[in-house]
Amino acid sequence: MIYADNAATTPMSPAARETMVSLLDTCWGNASSLYLHGQRARESLENARAEVASLIGAQAREIVFTSGGSEADNQAIRSAAALGKRQGKTHIVSSAFEHHAVLHTLKALEKEGFTVTLVDVHHDGLVRPDEVAAAIRDDTCLVTIMYANNEIGTIQPIREIGAICREKGVLFHTDAVQAVGHIPVDVVEDNIDLLSASAHKFHGPKGVGFLYARRGVALTSLIAGGAQEKGKRAGTENVPAIAAMATALREAVDKMEARRAYLTRLGDRLMDGLGQIPHSALNGDREHRLPGSVNFCFEGIEGESLLLLLDDRGICASSGSACTSGSLDPSHVLLAIGRVHDVAHGSLRLTIDEDVTEADVDAIIRETADVVAYLRGFSPIWRDLMAGKKQFIL
Amino acid sequence: MALYSEKVMDHFRNPRNVGVIEDANGIGEVGNAKCGDIMKMYLKIEDGVVQDVKFETFGCGSAIASSSMATELIKGQPLSQVKKLTNKAVAEALDGLPDYKMHCSVLAEEAIQSALADYQRRTGNPIDDGENEKGTV
Repeated sequence: MIYADNAATTPMSPAARETMVSLLDTCWGNASSLYLHGQRARESLENARAEVASLIGAQAREIVFTSGGSEADNQAIRSAAALGKRQGKTHIVSSAFEHHAVLHTLKALEKEGFTVTLVDVHHDGLVRPDEVAAAIRDDTCLVTIMYANNEIGTIQPIREIGAICREKGVLFHTDAVQAVGHIPVDVVEDNIDLLSASAHKFHGPKGVGFLYARRGVALTSLIAGGAQEKGKRAGTENVPAIAAMATALREAVDKMEARRAYLTRLGDRLMDGLGQIPHSALNGDREHRLPGSVNFCFEGIEGESLLLLLDDRGICASSGSACTSGSLDPSHVLLAIGRVHDVAHGSLRLTIDEDVTEADVDAIIRETADVVAYLRGFSPIWRDLMAGKKQFIL
Repeated sequence: MALYSEKVMDHFRNPRNVGVIEDANGIGEVGNAKCGDIMKMYLKIEDGVVQDVKFETFGCGSAIASSSMATELIKGQPLSQVKKLTNKAVAEALDGLPDYKMHCSVLAEEAIQSALADYQRRTGNPIDDGENEKGTV
């Protein structure tokens, strides 16, 4: 099997697994208990907090552990909105291709009286800092722009956007779920006030993530209950999972440069190879992208059938087609970068990691080309395109 | 559990009656690219019977499987039976479809009915509604 869907989730690294399993046995005490067994759990928890913080340039007390990226996004945005509302500021700036954890939270806030401006992400999948600056108003309480897009992999100019927000005195949140552990992230240098991350995207366990909130940015608790996480997140901490996340992030950061070089090379090979398929196109800017993240559209075919046939050939990938989402609309990300429906339905996302070899990449290219040709062979759209009854878009 | 039944996967992987009939006397195309599904059915009707049927589909796994199964259900059948083909029959023959994929079977029914209507337009032949026949479709 060639696993090319690492943006969906990653397998746990052996080291993270070892941390987790070992703590499940030895460190099952409640971190809030006073006796030594509980305090051992507390120690593991605080060590993990310090480790995670150091790996993104933060202070330990600025990290709150959550159930994952979605919760962190919800809490970050809700917190900034609550702070804004107190000052009569109810406007938020974001982008059209954010993760639904962000977009749906913003939708909910709109029903509560907030207004939201979504800046253009352009054909290359990149937000323009000057357009963010222009969108900020006197009543803007938050700018939330993702660090790297989960579908097309484009990396946003976060540092510049952060600097603009700092200058204008507006809180800046970034959903960095796809970035943390993959590319260098430093909350201080990047001028970030709030940042969300998820462990299972960097070979940690599922069900755990964290929220960074710069000192002085008061968080609103989403879950009422005990005083865990300094009252910002009730519920007994999952210490083994949190410690495993810290192990995974340490490992990811340590090998980041080597991994980045390797995956950039393989990603280039993949893009070059898939680009040879007639009437195909890369989605998003080629340079500013996560290493190993590739997204293509193939005209005349539909993504779900492509995925099923690739699965038959041992390749795990994903698509932004409507049929993979259970709705009639294809990916909001592809529509946001200006792909029309017809073409957006025929998308393929491949997100590879370092276990993938050059031979695997060549196999992905070969099988994809083969399946695309096969599906086009009985596609009425393809027939019309070839007969000149319809104009090619790609 | 897999997304689709074995039967859906079989018809998706090995679709029956794929292609075009050059001298078809009934052609129907339904769906649109915007929604991600287009089905085109070609019928060759002789003596009130579907002598041959072929399809082309742009769509997901269940759209391709539904097209394939629908062609199997009507091949060799009298028009009175073809006229009674429902999406439910297509879905049942596939051992069911996930709820949000039922529209694929609807599309298959519509494609065939549209090809049938095209045949009637071309030939002016009314189709006996077959009230007195016992159907298998």
